[in-house]
Amino acid sequence: MATAEAEIQAGYHPHGRTGLWDWITTVDHKKIGLLYGATSIIFLLLGGLEALTIRTQLIRPDNHFITAEAYNQFFTMHGLTMVFLMGMPIAVALFNYIVPLQIGARDVAFPRLNALSYWIFLCGGLFLYSSFVIGAAPNGGWFGYANLSERPFSPGPNMDFYSLGLQILGIASIMGGVNFVTTIIQLRAPGMRLMRMPLFTWMAFVTSFLLITALPVLAVALFFLTFDRFWGTNFYMPAAGGDPILWQHLFWMFGHPEVYILILPAFGIVSEVIPTFSRKPLFGYAVMVYSGSLIGLIGWGVWAHHMFATGLGPIADAFFTISTMIIAIPTGVKIFNWLATMWGGQLKFTTAMLFSVGMIAAFTLGGISGVMHATSPHDLQQTDTYFVVAHFHYVLVGGTIMGVFSGSYYWFPKITGKLMNETLGKWHFWLWFVGMNLTFFPMHFVGLLGMPRRTYTYSAELNVGALNALETVGSYIMGVAAILYIWNLVRSYRKGEPAGHNPWNASSLEWATTSPPPEYNFGRVPTVRNREPLWLEGKEQVIADAQAAPGYIHMPPPSYWPILTAIGIATTFALFMTHVWWAPLIGLAATALCVMNFAFESTT
Amino acid sequence: MDHAATLPAAGHAETATGLNTFKVGFWVFLGSETLFFGSLISTYLVYKHQSISGPYPDQVLNIPLTSVSTFVLLMSSLAMVLALAGVQRGNRRQGLFWLFMVAVLGSTFLGFQAYEFTEFYHKGLTLQTNLFGSTFFVLTGFHGAHVTVGVIWLLTLWVQGLRGELPPERSLTVEIAGLYWHFVDIVWIAIFTLIYLLQ
Amino acid sequence: MFVRERELPRGRGLARKAAVALAGLWVALALAGCSGPHPQSTFRPVSHYASTLNALFANTFWWTMLVLAVVWGVLLIVIIRFRERPGAEPPRHVHGNTTMEILWTIGPALIVAFIAVPTVRTIFQTQSAAPRDALVVEVIGHQWWWEFRYPQYGGIATANEVHLIQGRPVDFVMHSADVVHSFWLPRLGGKRDVNPQPETVGNTAKRVNHIVLTPDSIGVYPGQCAEYCGTEHAVMRVRGVVQTAADFNAWLQAYNTPPAPPAGSVAAQGKQVFETHMCLACHTIQGTSARGVIGPNLTLVGGRQTIGAGALPTSEASFQRWITHPQGVKPGVLMPGIQEGAAGMPPTGLTGAQVQQIAAYLGSLRIPAGQPGANPVAGGTPAAATMAPPAPAVPGAGLPAAATSHDSMKSPTTSGKP
Repeated sequence: MATAEAEIQAGYHPHGRTGLWDWITTVDHKKIGLLYGATSIIFLLLGGLEALTIRTQLIRPDNHFITAEAYNQFFTMHGLTMVFLMGMPIAVALFNYIVPLQIGARDVAFPRLNALSYWIFLCGGLFLYSSFVIGAAPNGGWFGYANLSERPFSPGPNMDFYSLGLQILGIASIMGGVNFVTTIIQLRAPGMRLMRMPLFTWMAFVTSFLLITALPVLAVALFFLTFDRFWGTNFYMPAAGGDPILWQHLFWMFGHPEVYILILPAFGIVSEVIPTFSRKPLFGYAVMVYSGSLIGLIGWGVWAHHMFATGLGPIADAFFTISTMIIAIPTGVKIFNWLATMWGGQLKFTTAMLFSVGMIAAFTLGGISGVMHATSPHDLQQTDTYFVVAHFHYVLVGGTIMGVFSGSYYWFPKITGKLMNETLGKWHFWLWFVGMNLTFFPMHFVGLLGMPRRTYTYSAELNVGALNALETVGSYIMGVAAILYIWNLVRSYRKGEPAGHNPWNASSLEWATTSPPPEYNFGRVPTVRNREPLWLEGKEQVIADAQAAPGYIHMPPPSYWPILTAIGIATTFALFMTHVWWAPLIGLAATALCVMNFAFESTT
Repeated sequence: MDHAATLPAAGHAETATGLNTFKVGFWVFLGSETLFFGSLISTYLVYKHQSISGPYPDQVLNIPLTSVSTFVLLMSSLAMVLALAGVQRGNRRQGLFWLFMVAVLGSTFLGFQAYEFTEFYHKGLTLQTNLFGSTFFVLTGFHGAHVTVGVIWLLTLWVQGLRGELPPERSLTVEIAGLYWHFVDIVWIAIFTLIYLLQ
Repeated sequence: MFVRERELPRGRGLARKAAVALAGLWVALALAGCSGPHPQSTFRPVSHYASTLNALFANTFWWTMLVLAVVWGVLLIVIIRFRERPGAEPPRHVHGNTTMEILWTIGPALIVAFIAVPTVRTIFQTQSAAPRDALVVEVIGHQWWWEFRYPQYGGIATANEVHLIQGRPVDFVMHSADVVHSFWLPRLGGKRDVNPQPETVGNTAKRVNHIVLTPDSIGVYPGQCAEYCGTEHAVMRVRGVVQTAADFNAWLQAYNTPPAPPAGSVAAQGKQVFETHMCLACHTIQGTSARGVIGPNLTLVGGRQTIGAGALPTSEASFQRWITHPQGVKPGVLMPGIQEGAAGMPPTGLTGAQVQQIAAYLGSLRIPAGQPGANPVAGGTPAAATMAPPAPAVPGAGLPAAATSHDSMKSPTTSGKP
């Protein structure tokens, strides 16, 4: 590719060319990261709109803002969107953009596979959302419990969108996981030992392992459901001896690691932001790495704590009670180490720091209520009520989303070369923080006062109308905060202050190169001698290397096969909806053709 | 140019571990596959003896026949080893012959499976009949699909070899196909043991 | 520390204000949470089982509050004390402190142990088998209503209101007729999933769950399905009626010899219509030819507080509304109306007059006022009054649907307000 090479040598190209075709065919990890980011923010807004609709319906008892059926579709799509189309991809967006920069790589291990992951994810999201067009969005909850999700009880196409859509998204996630595990194992710069990697990269590493191990289990569970629905197999059909509880086991074997897939990236972000704005290195680095890995590992042995009410017997209940409580220990250690990092530091409360500190406060509360759930006899009073809704929203909104907000304020200057507006940012933080607490804190009470979740209405008799109204007000405040955030992103992108290569005086490698980084990331790949390459000795050399004029650098050329292959895969699954047995085979043939071309495409 | 045809660009660079990136990536992928087949096999085992109507495994499973097809598949792994050795040493004839043999043996295995499936169908066992039918066909079907992909992959390599595009320095592509093939083979050993032998 | 704080009046003030505001919010919420009648509150147990759970929860709650206080406390101190100050020396780079880290690993580990030990003990305590003399109640979940059977009392079946005896242990034996539900009477104790039973070769029961408890206070305690089970999951409500043994017996008595409407009355015409139309295909009424088992058993339905599993307070007007257009009350319900089919069944095609007659008949299916058991919780303490029957109680049988009963339709589910 003489042209690409010529361009690189001609000088500085933040993101190469920027035409539509370039975005479609790009294999640059930074551009793909931006695509992931933009897409998941759009889905964040969609999921948010669904949430506001839900909250509006629940503003008073016996309300008739939307119908029961619409409500059920909305809460299902809200869950699916926030988990699969926002929470996971927004983390992957940051992995994409930041991890190669943090470890001193020029790209991910498999750039085209990376593009393929993104396009499959996008196709899966579009497929899932196309269900709204025909008014038949999934309506069985994000957890899609069998046998409600089976044909006899869900005859419409709703749960077909669910079983096929998640399958598509799962493929993208597994590919992403493979790519990041390989990238982190293989593409570290000289001297970047595992125990010198920034915590964010470490958490990306653990998360990617969880992706490649948890998603196949979901794939199997979904295949069973799809086969049951389309070809009359008996996996979850009690009439033929099938057991719906099998779905619960398979789903939560995926579902609990999934929880850590959602939260560990936020842990990673906070572990970058706190040291930077405390002007102190992370306290207890090794313990932070081990505890994060341990959380990922034990996360595999706790799935049945979602099933205490299922009736597994006292021995299983005791086992999963204890394993779940044990997870609280490494989590607690993490929190204490963050506090110790700040202790004795000089805290600079930028918006990024505010979100990280807010995350610690909110996540701790979510963790606390998690221990309350683990008290399994009393979980029988808590589970499937708003108490659980409160718990996981503190973890996912207070933990994951606040963490991601923190990360986006932190890395925005690296990505665009411009600072985000701090005034708007602080408004964003305070509105979000207040709105979040107003929305989710009362849910603890509402749940223990007897309101089950996933109910489109509630009786006035329950006497929880006032608290629900308060929650709805809180959710509107969060809506305003989200709009401010988007506005800040757009405005800062257009006229933000120039950032320079290291506006926060941070310690890790991504800050050595220019903002935004050139297509090839580093002029010369720096040699890493310590854990804080931009704080400790040798930092001048690292920066000089990173920003050096590039010599001959081979970057992979763009390719349109990823998007075509992705369309092929998504089409294959979508064609199941025709109920014509050979229709998916057409998609499969097209996919095979694309895969062949993908495989034989020259990457030189 | 050819050298890099199926390798990622990053594979050129010296890696942190000294291992080939494509190979590491493939191992990671196989890890994921293990969980996939693990879940399928577990489901089969959980549902063992839970069918409420026949045909039951002992009425249809033909161990002698499947032993033969298992043997065929095992031999294909041996052929795979020989094929890789041929390609690595630049022995074009050996490489081509054994690559083709792997594909032939793999196809033979698929033939056995097709025969087995039809036989079961005639004995009244379908996907829908009972839990045994559902779990058995879905598990072995997914395995068969993996073998099919492998056969296509190997034939593709074979055609490349015929056209002289498999010099020793490209032996890695054969090695990775081999990884896949051995993996699929091992999965079958597990299936054969747990489903056919330990009824 | 105090010196440093004085240097930072702004930060200190902000943090203090935030803390005060937060504390205020919490107190307000706690008050809101505890005030007023909350008939489904888990905080007001009426069985030993529910009290045990609460005691366990209290243990966990205070330990975790300690952790929360420590974390938030330290966080607050850090935020105030270690704010960036102009001209200060850069902080010392501390990479860790093994002693501290071991301490704050052991600390949480100990707290976890203090929580886990009583928890595991309670797990085994609360899942033990029911005593022999327990009242066995078979609970069957349906989309979207509850069926209760009493195998010790001739297998009689009732729906959506489960009658229990004060002081007598009850063993709920639960399974589902369709999808997964969860049976939950919050004041009586924790929920359990109501699972569909996979068919087995020897018809051995699988996935049957039990809840064993002893109600200790007379009263009517509402609950509802807690596992999402489809369109009308929200309106799959249940009431636990805890009675004296005498009242329970009166109810049994009335159940087995249900009142017959006086000949020639509107209600008697309703009975006639009921028995000659589609109704009997799905419903059973004891002592009549209606023996359907698909829908709820309607014996003594006029004495229940609600109809449609909590969709409407019981009244003749409600019955009329329900029979005429059930989809308008509970969209998705598997019962046909006079003009609309449902669940594969054709419309009933009843006339307005017939609907009125059936409503009168159903309303009459209750223990007549003044007789023992007419008020199911008459023997109760004043506390039970919090769950009094809905205000517009069924007027006398044969009365046409009065305009006054329409008031109840404006707030269909606001029953039980004192």
